[in-house]
Amino acid sequence: MSRIIRPYGDTTGDGMVQLSFTLPVPHDKRAEGAALQLAAKMGLDGAMLVHAKAIGEGYTFFVVYGASTHLVNLDEVKVVEKDYPHLSPKDVNDAIREKLGRKLCVVGACIGTDAHTVGIDAILNIKGVAGEKGLEYYRELRVVNLGAQVAVPDLVNRAVDEEADAVLVSQVVTQKDAHLHNTREMSAAFREALPPGRRPLLVVGGPRFDEGAATELGVDRIFTRGTTPSDVASYLVHRLVTMKANA
Amino acid sequence: MTAELPLDPAVVAKARRLAATAAQPVVDLARSHTTVSVERATLRLAGLTGADPDGIPWVNRLADAVQEQVGIEHGIALPVFHALKDFPDLERLAHAAAADGARFTLPTGGDAEAARTRAQTAVRRGFDRIDRSRIRRDELVAEIGDPPQRPWIYLIVATGDIYEDIPQAQAAAKAGADVIAVIRSTGQSLLDYVPEGATREGFAGTYATGENFRLMRAALDETSREVGRYIRLTNYASGLCMPEIAALAGMHRLDMMLNDSMYGILFRDINPIRTFVDQRFSRQVHARAGIIINTGEDNYLTTADAVEAAHTVTVSQLLNERFAHEAGLPDPLLGLGHAFEINPEVPESFRLELAHALLARQLFPDAPLKWMPPTKHMTGDVFRGNLLDGFFNLAGVMTGQSILLVGMMTEAVVTPWLSDRDIALQNVRYVLSACAGLAEDFHPPKDGFIAGRANQVLGEAVDLLERIVDDGLLNAIADGTFGIMKRPADGGRGLDGVAKRADDYWNPAAEELDRTSPDQDAPLAGARKEAAR
Repeated sequence: MSRIIRPYGDTTGDGMVQLSFTLPVPHDKRAEGAALQLAAKMGLDGAMLVHAKAIGEGYTFFVVYGASTHLVNLDEVKVVEKDYPHLSPKDVNDAIREKLGRKLCVVGACIGTDAHTVGIDAILNIKGVAGEKGLEYYRELRVVNLGAQVAVPDLVNRAVDEEADAVLVSQVVTQKDAHLHNTREMSAAFREALPPGRRPLLVVGGPRFDEGAATELGVDRIFTRGTTPSDVASYLVHRLVTMKANA
Repeated sequence: MTAELPLDPAVVAKARRLAATAAQPVVDLARSHTTVSVERATLRLAGLTGADPDGIPWVNRLADAVQEQVGIEHGIALPVFHALKDFPDLERLAHAAAADGARFTLPTGGDAEAARTRAQTAVRRGFDRIDRSRIRRDELVAEIGDPPQRPWIYLIVATGDIYEDIPQAQAAAKAGADVIAVIRSTGQSLLDYVPEGATREGFAGTYATGENFRLMRAALDETSREVGRYIRLTNYASGLCMPEIAALAGMHRLDMMLNDSMYGILFRDINPIRTFVDQRFSRQVHARAGIIINTGEDNYLTTADAVEAAHTVTVSQLLNERFAHEAGLPDPLLGLGHAFEINPEVPESFRLELAHALLARQLFPDAPLKWMPPTKHMTGDVFRGNLLDGFFNLAGVMTGQSILLVGMMTEAVVTPWLSDRDIALQNVRYVLSACAGLAEDFHPPKDGFIAGRANQVLGEAVDLLERIVDDGLLNAIADGTFGIMKRPADGGRGLDGVAKRADDYWNPAAEELDRTSPDQDAPLAGARKEAAR
C-alpha cells in the first residue's frame, strides 16, 4: 500500500475535501468569487461552490468542495505512539495488588476557573464513559475527586496529604489558552513543593491539548479526545507499577 | 394543547406534599440566617454603587467594615445608616470605612429609630427602580408584542467583551432569537463581589455587572422595536453574589435569570446554607421584579445518566417549585429546566425523551418550562450533532415546551461561531414550521410506552422524595443524590459569609420582600404540616 495519500471522496486519488467557512462580506458575486479564490489558495483544485447563504447583513456562509492538491507521506507523520499495553480492569487490579502491594492513590480535579467536570468525571466517576466504568470502579485504586475550580495550591496540598501516586487534571475551557496556563502553573507548583522522587505522576486531559506537549507543559502525560478510563488506568499501571517493578 | 398522560392526581399531590415537607427545614434555615451578599444587596438597593481603585465594590468595603466591627447577625442596615448621620452619602461613608475611618455600632432607642427611617427611605428608592422597570417591561411588551410562537427561542452570546456581545445579540435577535442570554465569565460564580462597570475581558463569557446589564438592555430595546418582538434578556443570579445580581437585574430590567436552588452547591461547591439563604432572597427580588427564573435541572443530566437519573430532575423541579413559591414566585415566573440528554445509542431514546418532557409539561402546566439541548452526547461529529439537535427541537414542539435553548452542533468543539448559530436557528425554524400544531395530533396511548415511562419516573420521584424527607434535604445533598456530587452542609465556599440572625436582626429589604412576595402556597400551609403520610 502506498505510503503517500490524498483525501478520498469516492475514487482513490481524487483528493476530494469538503469545507465550510464564513466571509465577512455581503452575499454577492464578488463574495462567491472570494470564496473560490480562498479555496484555491488553500490548495483546492477545481473548487465547486455548492452553497452560499447570507448571514445577517455583512456575512456570507459557504460550503465548498474541491480536490486537495496536497499529499501526505505517512512515514513523515509524527504521533505519540501508545507505549504501554492496554489492560482490563481485572489486569489493572491484579498488577497493583501483586507488584505494588497497596492501593494506588489517584487525586483528580479541574483546576483554575474551569468548572467543566465532564472530562474528569468521565474518567473517575464509577459511571464512566463509553461503556467503561470509571477509575472509582477499580478496587485497587483509591480515587479522590476534588471536583471543579480547585485552586492549584489546594490540589498540591491534598495530593501531599493523600500521598497521591498520580494527579489527574482535566481542562476543558481553552479560551485565551487557559488550559495551557493552568497546566504550567500546576506542574510548576508540584516541582516547587516536592523533590523529584516524591512527586506524583502528573497527567492532564482535555479535548484541545496537543499530546506531544507533555514535556513543554511539565507533565508526564497528556490525554486527549476519546480517552477512556482503562486507557488512563493502563498508563498508570505501566508507569507506577510495571516500570518501577522492573527498575 | 399537549397530550395528556394518565397520571394519578393523588400521586402528583403526594409528590408536592413531600417536596414541601422536604423543603421546609431549608426554608426555616434560610429565614433564620443572613449572608454578606444579602446585606450587600441591601446596600445596592439603597443606591450604593462604584468600586475602589482595585475594583472592589464599595458595597463590599462597607459591608466588610461592619462585619468586622459589629458582625452581620443584626443586619448591617442599622449600623450603616446610624453611621451615615455623619456623612453626606453612602459612598463617602464607604470611602471612610475602607480607610478605617468609620466607627460602626448597633444603635438603640431614638438613634435606632432615626437609622431605621433613613434605611427604609434609601432602600425604598431601590424598590421603586425595580417597580418602574417591571412597569416599563409590561408597557414595552404591550406596545411591541411578544414572540408570535411558542416555544420562545433562546440563544446564548458569550464573547467576554460586552461591546462584542451587543452586535452579536442584536444579530441573533434579527435572525430569530426571542431571548438572549449573556453567559457569564467562568470564574464569576466564585467571586465574592460583583465586578463594576463595562467589561471587555472574560473567560468563556462576559462578567455580569450592572453597567453591562444596562448596556445590553438598552441595545435590545432598540432591536425589539426593529424586529417587532420584545427581546428578553437573561443573565445568571447564581454563585456567591446571587442576591446582589438579582437586585441589579431587577433595577436594570433583565427579564429572566438563571436561579437554581442547588446548582451552586452541586456544581460550584458553594456552601449549601449560603446558597439557600442567598437563593431565597434573590427569588424574592425576582418575584418583585417580575423576572422569570430558569432552574438548572439540565445540569444533573450532564453528570448523571439521563435515564437512570430522570426522576432526580422531577424531584429537583418539585423542590425548585416549592422554594420558588415560598419566595413569592408565581407559576408564570417559574422557568423549570429539563434537558434532552439521553445517550442516543440507547434504544428508543427519543420515546424516553418524549415521556420525560411530557411528564414535566403536565406536572407544571402553568410554568414556562425551559427545554435544554443535548450537550453530553455531542461529540465533535457536527453532522450527527445537527441531527440530534433536530430531534431535540422536535421533542420540544411535540411536548409543548415554553422556552427552547437553541442547541449548537459545535457544542463541545468551539464557542458558537456566527455560522453555527445560523445553522442552528435554521434547524429550529424548520422544525417549528414543519411541525407547527403537531402537538394537537400527538396523543400517546394511555397504556403505551410513553405513559408507562412517565408514570415510572413519577413513581421513582415520589420514592426519592420520601427518602429525602426521612433523611433531610441537606443530608441528601451531602450524600450525592443530585448529579452524583457529594456536598456536606459544613463544606464548600462562602460559609464564612453566613451568620445566624440575632433576635434583633433587621433588614429593610428583607422586611419589604417578606411583605410583598408572599408564599404562593400559603392556603396549603396547614395541609403541609401533615404532609405525605
